[in-house]
Amino acid sequence: MKNSPSIDEQIEIFRKMHVVRQLEEKLGALHKEGKTRGPIHRCDGQEAIGVAATAMLDDTDYVMSTHRGHAHYIGKGLDVYPVVAEIFGRETGSCAGRAGHMLVADASKGMIGGNAIVGASIPAATGAALSNQVLGRDAVSMCIFGDGAAQTGICHEAMNMAALWKLPIVFVLEHNQFGLTVDTDMQSPIDDLSIRAAGYGMPSEIVDGNDPVAVYRAVGAMVERARRGEGPGMVEAKTYRLEGFSTSDMGGYQKDEDIAAWKARDPLKIAFDQLKAEVGEDKLKTIEAEAVAEVEAAFEKALSDPFPEFELFDASAAYSEVV
Amino acid sequence: MALMRYAEALNAALREEMTRDPSVFLFGEDIGRYGGVFKVTRGLQEEFGFNRVRDTPISEQAMTAMAVTAAMTGTRPVLEIMYADFMPLTLDALVNQASIYEYIWNGQVKMPFVLRTQGGGGAGAAAQHSKSLDSMVAHIPGIKVVAPSTPADAKGLLKSAIRDDQPVVFLEHKLLYNMRGEVPEGDDVLVPLGAASLAREGTDVSIFATSRMVHESLKAAEALAEKGISAEVIDLRSLKPLDLNAIKKSIAKTNNAVVVNEGWNFCGYAAEISATIMDHCFDDLDAPVARVTMPDMPIPYSEPLEMAVLPNAEKIVAASLQTLA
Repeated sequence: MKNSPSIDEQIEIFRKMHVVRQLEEKLGALHKEGKTRGPIHRCDGQEAIGVAATAMLDDTDYVMSTHRGHAHYIGKGLDVYPVVAEIFGRETGSCAGRAGHMLVADASKGMIGGNAIVGASIPAATGAALSNQVLGRDAVSMCIFGDGAAQTGICHEAMNMAALWKLPIVFVLEHNQFGLTVDTDMQSPIDDLSIRAAGYGMPSEIVDGNDPVAVYRAVGAMVERARRGEGPGMVEAKTYRLEGFSTSDMGGYQKDEDIAAWKARDPLKIAFDQLKAEVGEDKLKTIEAEAVAEVEAAFEKALSDPFPEFELFDASAAYSEVV
Repeated sequence: MALMRYAEALNAALREEMTRDPSVFLFGEDIGRYGGVFKVTRGLQEEFGFNRVRDTPISEQAMTAMAVTAAMTGTRPVLEIMYADFMPLTLDALVNQASIYEYIWNGQVKMPFVLRTQGGGGAGAAAQHSKSLDSMVAHIPGIKVVAPSTPADAKGLLKSAIRDDQPVVFLEHKLLYNMRGEVPEGDDVLVPLGAASLAREGTDVSIFATSRMVHESLKAAEALAEKGISAEVIDLRSLKPLDLNAIKKSIAKTNNAVVVNEGWNFCGYAAEISATIMDHCFDDLDAPVARVTMPDMPIPYSEPLEMAVLPNAEKIVAASLQTLA
């Protein structure tokens, strides 16, 4: 993975990271105006992980995400417009307005789901990897989960089986320091949660989660290994959740100095610095402006789209004949 | 027709479906080398190999969640959960995962998996290995629930469940595995999901029963016949989707209903059937619907205590007589 990502891949990662940041900021602004519905879990500051970790995957590879999945959705190739339309409950949304921002899926892109039960994406991705192994496909499965999810019992069950059966799966631990308001040292006696991988005989690597190139290389190596049939691996990407748990978070528990320190290491700045010599600042600024314009257009279009019509779901009816 | 035990009929269904469709695979505790603690999967690992018949660690939560996503990514998993009492461990996967995606993802995925388990009392297995939690799973929209009472239905319903594109919880009964019965031959002999079966015709009272309680109800019907009462026994067998027409038709004829289920009484499966009858058959009823169920308490171990809580033919006779009084 030494020569990867290529410059073209890095540019695409840079572009998608800006799409995600603009999406998050726009949602934050509309929330303040009372124009969003339900809690929205922004991933500002975590864009490098979701976008770079998924950048080397094909549409036939599966990704299972979390309740904070916007960077994963865009990283896995979903257009921003149907994602925005879904967030606003429109008929044109990725799931016709039935899912909402935490549960977005696009099966044609291998994105099978945000998941708002913390920890549930871990066995979910493991099950898709099992399916790939049973059928002899060379596709891999990726689980993106957080430090909160790492504390669930189901995490142990799933990782044990993944390693036992050498399933083609990569576990990407997006360590953003918080499970809702509870910070990491109140959740676990250890700082580096990926040392647990050794307990399953699984390789692991710790990377700077705000550095997209580092994330890409570490995850890419694990993806190649899994695809070769050598079993699962884990990458722990250290990052920081800049914007609170959700739009309903009243704050007050994140230290100002921590926020300032992590803002100084904004992944968007790091991505810019990694590319500016090769690509030139002007071109990067153009790409950034285009990403912003794409998101603006997506909001404009989505917000004028129609709402879906309600229909009962006959497929889950209790009686075998229509009553 | 071939004479088979209930467990052998299930085994035949699994073998036939695995032979027919390479995307069908099995996983569960002790199901491979040992052939399952109730021997339902006997010989299948030898025949199909570890890739398709996997022994698992004791991890019901993750196994069930894995069945859900394995199903949505191209396979047809059949998962064995050894005892229905362990079903609470599977609930996030059923309630928050399996039941939602077909709808909320607007038809992007199918979910063809079967969760086989067995429940029921009468074997001295005590409070954590004897329960019937039918209503707990039947409560969840998007999950089908099936409970065969005969070897023929065991085979035909399991084959239909495996071929179905929605999640199916398949409830077996530990006291039925050795029951013998005639099973139609042929790979494509299916019993459709969503259809009840008429176990005995009658005209005075309708007894709606599930799983092993069908046999207790048939014994009760014999005893009632000796008293000059003609009882009809309907085997609900597809707990959900429920064959409402079969219920309506029977009550229109008998005007009396008794519901028998081994689950707890309060908020139980029999309570739902009773409410369904109230909703749809009220004008045809001559008396309130009677329920014969498990009292709302833990299942005791000692034999006379366990026998005291289990529904049985005697209690069904008493409930039927009270309904007709």
